[in-house]
Amino acid sequence: MARVVLVTGVSRHLGSRMARILSHDPAIDRVVGVDVIPPRSDIGGAEFVRADIRNPIIGKVIAAAGVDTVVHMGVISTPVQAGGRVSMKEINVIGTMQLLAACQKSEGVQRLVVKSTSSVYGAGPKDPAMFTEDTEPKSQPRSGWAKDSVEVEAYVRGFARRRPDVKVTTLRFANFIGPKVDTPMAAYFGLPVVPTVLGHDARLQFVHEDDGLEATRVAVHSEEQGTFNISGDGVLMLSQALRLAGKTVLPVPTPMVGLVGGWFRRAGLADFSPEQIKFLTYGRGLDTTRMKEVLGFQPTYSTRDAFEEFVQERGLDHQLPKHQAEAIERGLAHALGTSTLSEARLAARLREEAHGRA
Amino acid sequence: MPDATVIPIGGEDGARKAASRAARQAGATGPKPKKRVVPVEPEPEPQPVDDEQHDVDGAPGRLDATLAEWLDFMRRRVTGEYEVDDFGFDAELTDRVIMAPLRPLAQNWFRIETRGIENVPSEGGALVVANHSGTVALDAIMTQVVLHDHHPAKRNLRMLGANLVFQSPFVGELARKSGHTLACNPDAERLLSSGEIVAVFPEGFKGIGKPYSERYKLQRFGRGGFVATALRTKTPIIPVSIVGAEEIYPILGNAKTLARLFGLPYFPLTPTFPWLGPLGLVPLPSKWIIEFGEPIRTDHYPDGAADDPMLVFNITDQVRETIQQTLYRLLVQRRSIFR
Repeated sequence: MARVVLVTGVSRHLGSRMARILSHDPAIDRVVGVDVIPPRSDIGGAEFVRADIRNPIIGKVIAAAGVDTVVHMGVISTPVQAGGRVSMKEINVIGTMQLLAACQKSEGVQRLVVKSTSSVYGAGPKDPAMFTEDTEPKSQPRSGWAKDSVEVEAYVRGFARRRPDVKVTTLRFANFIGPKVDTPMAAYFGLPVVPTVLGHDARLQFVHEDDGLEATRVAVHSEEQGTFNISGDGVLMLSQALRLAGKTVLPVPTPMVGLVGGWFRRAGLADFSPEQIKFLTYGRGLDTTRMKEVLGFQPTYSTRDAFEEFVQERGLDHQLPKHQAEAIERGLAHALGTSTLSEARLAARLREEAHGRA
Repeated sequence: MPDATVIPIGGEDGARKAASRAARQAGATGPKPKKRVVPVEPEPEPQPVDDEQHDVDGAPGRLDATLAEWLDFMRRRVTGEYEVDDFGFDAELTDRVIMAPLRPLAQNWFRIETRGIENVPSEGGALVVANHSGTVALDAIMTQVVLHDHHPAKRNLRMLGANLVFQSPFVGELARKSGHTLACNPDAERLLSSGEIVAVFPEGFKGIGKPYSERYKLQRFGRGGFVATALRTKTPIIPVSIVGAEEIYPILGNAKTLARLFGLPYFPLTPTFPWLGPLGLVPLPSKWIIEFGEPIRTDHYPDGAADDPMLVFNITDQVRETIQQTLYRLLVQRRSIFR
């Protein structure tokens, strides 16, 4: 079977990396990347076609190239990248509608993989600790990227009903994190002073960009279809993540959160949409059993590994680096006339060894 | 009740208790504390071998080790090097910090007597079902403390709370960190099937906010959702009866308008609250007994038993009756409210 893959959204980091990875895949003959602006980074052996998915012309691209697999990565999460909220919504929702319309008309398309987000679950105090793919969200997102994604998923489900012969996979990713990817969370952790919601501590999950792309590649080849949560194992508390990143924290009381978030948003520092604020208040966890058992994908980075790598790669300004904290611990211990736990453990081990020899 | 072991935790004086705790920790209990109890020598002249002995009874070695543990703990807190589980449960923080002020409250203020703790399995899941009272959920918190401190396997109690808990600032955060989660089927099943001890208080706000005149009368036991969950996960149900919590903040009246204003299920008026201001928050030092009853097995029912409403109602009634009867029995045994 000749495999021709169309990747949307290749002008951005994840899309272009996806196109590059697929173009190096021996099981795939041809990769066509589309976007309205040319990719900034190398897309490997993939061909770039300048096309707007909001325009019926996309159908011609699909027909001309004989596309059999469509990987839709064109849903944008940050209004800044799209040039404002209005055009972001247009790209996300209208773009997806046009793309799906073109796929429906096409005879050749047999597989559709859509990059969605776990923010379709919303976040709130009435939600279970872990979302499975069929959990009914208690607080559906009402604005921004999350709402776009809910609508995108609804159109994708509609498409799956109308074209039951096409295998449709929706991947709901936890927050992407990695050395280069631009996401609202990456921007948030990059702030000089990080506002948090006073009295709440959200559970966070991350997926490393390498794992996210690999999961998408697995989905392209998989015989399975349906919706899958994709995330690294384990959770980090927001407070814990901020400590790992060594950030200065500004706890904001709940009634003031909207106001302070507004300042940050207007200053162009980070996205504090109501959805994002809810997420930073209540957090969210994903059950990834289906990802592991049905899709057969095992992430290499845990949530914590992914985050620690992100912190290291971005060179975030650490207020109190690890070695300094250890030095302080040693100093305090010695001042109090004792030694630290690690020193004591070392001493005990040495003694045991001495014992063993004697 | 002849078969219940009585573990008195009040009565001893502070020093003896501390000593016995220390001995328990340093001694036979488990390998973990033993490893931690490492003597720490001052830099200049390392002392040779006689340390094991020195540690167990000698105060200096212990003090140093405790100090070293705390310093290590605090450093890891600052740098974020600790683990939480999927529910946000921070076991170390709970043990070291959250429970620290609760232990004297349990031992010296309420002088909690724990019975039948051997009915809680050392491993595997179990569903603890208890009566609920006391205006604020101190009974739940105290049950967690005694189970953790008195059970040989130091089991953590994972409670299921109302969404009001997780909505409220600080309270919600603390609840998640000490291992509790929202009362909903998916969470309960997830915890039980991963082998945790889960606690539910089926009376909910009706139990905890009932007037003093209704003390020790069990309220409606919900819809029996907890029984269905236990049946589905085939985990035993352990009925727990708590005596003493009813008297800590006796509710004489309920200011409904104030409750509506604050969005609370009730606004209690007790002999001391709100009349004495913050002083009214001090609970009365009633004498507590917490009895863990014999487990009710659910693993011999066939698959799909959870969908049989008759069976679910029957087991619900059995659990409710067991707790109610035990409450009456314990009340008779208690000499007075305060001793």
